[in-house]
Amino acid sequence: MATIRIPPVLRPSVGGEKELTADGGSVGEILRSVATTHPETESQLFAADGGLNRYVNVYLNDEDVRVLDGLDTSVGASDTLVILPAMAGGAN
Amino acid sequence: MSPSGAEVLRQIKSRIDEVDPAVVREQVTNGAVVVDVREAEEWSTGHIPGAKHVPKSYLESRIEGAAPDRSQHVILYCQSGNRSAWAARTLIDDLGYEFVESMTGGITLWKDRGYDVEQPRAMTAEQRERYSRHLLLPEVGVDGQQKLLDAKVLLLGAGGLGSPAALYLAAAGVGTLGIVDDDEVDLSNLQRQVIHSSERIGMPKVDSAEQTITALNPDVSVNKYPVRIGPDNIMDILPGYDIVVDGLDNFPTRYLLNDASVRLKIPVVSAAILGFEGQLSVFKPYDGPCYRCLFPVPPPAELAPSCGANGVLGVLPGTMGLLQATEVIKLILGEGEPLVGRLLMYDALAARVSEVKVRRDPECPICSREPEEISDEELGVFPDYEAFCAGAH
Repeated sequence: MATIRIPPVLRPSVGGEKELTADGGSVGEILRSVATTHPETESQLFAADGGLNRYVNVYLNDEDVRVLDGLDTSVGASDTLVILPAMAGGAN
Repeated sequence: MSPSGAEVLRQIKSRIDEVDPAVVREQVTNGAVVVDVREAEEWSTGHIPGAKHVPKSYLESRIEGAAPDRSQHVILYCQSGNRSAWAARTLIDDLGYEFVESMTGGITLWKDRGYDVEQPRAMTAEQRERYSRHLLLPEVGVDGQQKLLDAKVLLLGAGGLGSPAALYLAAAGVGTLGIVDDDEVDLSNLQRQVIHSSERIGMPKVDSAEQTITALNPDVSVNKYPVRIGPDNIMDILPGYDIVVDGLDNFPTRYLLNDASVRLKIPVVSAAILGFEGQLSVFKPYDGPCYRCLFPVPPPAELAPSCGANGVLGVLPGTMGLLQATEVIKLILGEGEPLVGRLLMYDALAARVSEVKVRRDPECPICSREPEEISDEELGVFPDYEAFCAGAH
């Protein structure tokens, strides 16, 4: 099962977990599986058309899935998916 | 009876290769490494353009910084050609350099021939002492320190990230630091904003930061901007700076900064923090991706919490701010591999550092175009700007 790293802003939606594991052979299947188990993540990850929200970047290990095959990108059991929404926060 | 020094020198000169200044002049452009082995005071009176400085007294320990490859062509010179002959013998016999020559007549003959001499900028005795640990590093040295002293760095915010960054950039001798912050020092800042202090509560942060910086290093001049950076002032403040350190706490200003910095071709060293985690990247316009390539649209307000609402481990902005300062110094020196096209993520609780690749977006609305094509009206604009700002405040 692939590992999914959950960013701080999404953790409240997954019971506070930093990492999840999920079944699935592609990025889309794995993220759908996360959204099914943790319904609050659905609207945060996916746009109305079923694609990834544009403000969420997803990386297969260190590569942006958008330069691979997007949601169809194959994922192996030892791979890590990194979910990365933009963060701002610093000065004050 | 032991031979005299003059006799030993004659023997050495008979064993090593000597080369005329006219030949050295040609070889400089052919890839030879020219090394000045004189003392610092002599070097400061003028040296061969492009030469590296390794005093003979430090030859064994520092030559690798100037000439790391023992098979490369190394030409040594001194004032008159004697010390460089001794040094050449050391490189060949003791350190295994294969192609070493000593320049006949030293810099004296070079000057007599009327060849060009480069005059290094003078550093005071106090500066030599203050920056001595930098001067010992081949990657910094006198030239690098001079670059730091000449550099102008703008810090957006004298808060969690800006405080440690400003402190260390000032200590390093970055000659001009601009600080943009319209806030005043508050007691709740002091858990992380280490440039301020308890007795300065209520003081404008730019003034407090200036006091600390000036006390730490009088070489640094501070430009204070007690304003909130925005569309009305960004194009007045940014021009003239070499690098921007971004510790901004909101998305609209991050986009504004990105667009203005792309237009002005100023690299931005950007960090963000939340809770126990931080992100860091260097956005170097046209060399790598810009912030919009990474995040083309901001998240909705509910997914973009500010630090004030969520808390931050005080030491975390210290870590991230110092990583920013490190990237700034690398950019100024032109050393190492800057964090361009990469995003570094630090998880303090896990003690884990990881990174992902960031690609330039060929369809980026900003950096896919020429800088002069980016108009004032476009700076900082994104599709749902009004809605985003309404939701965020």
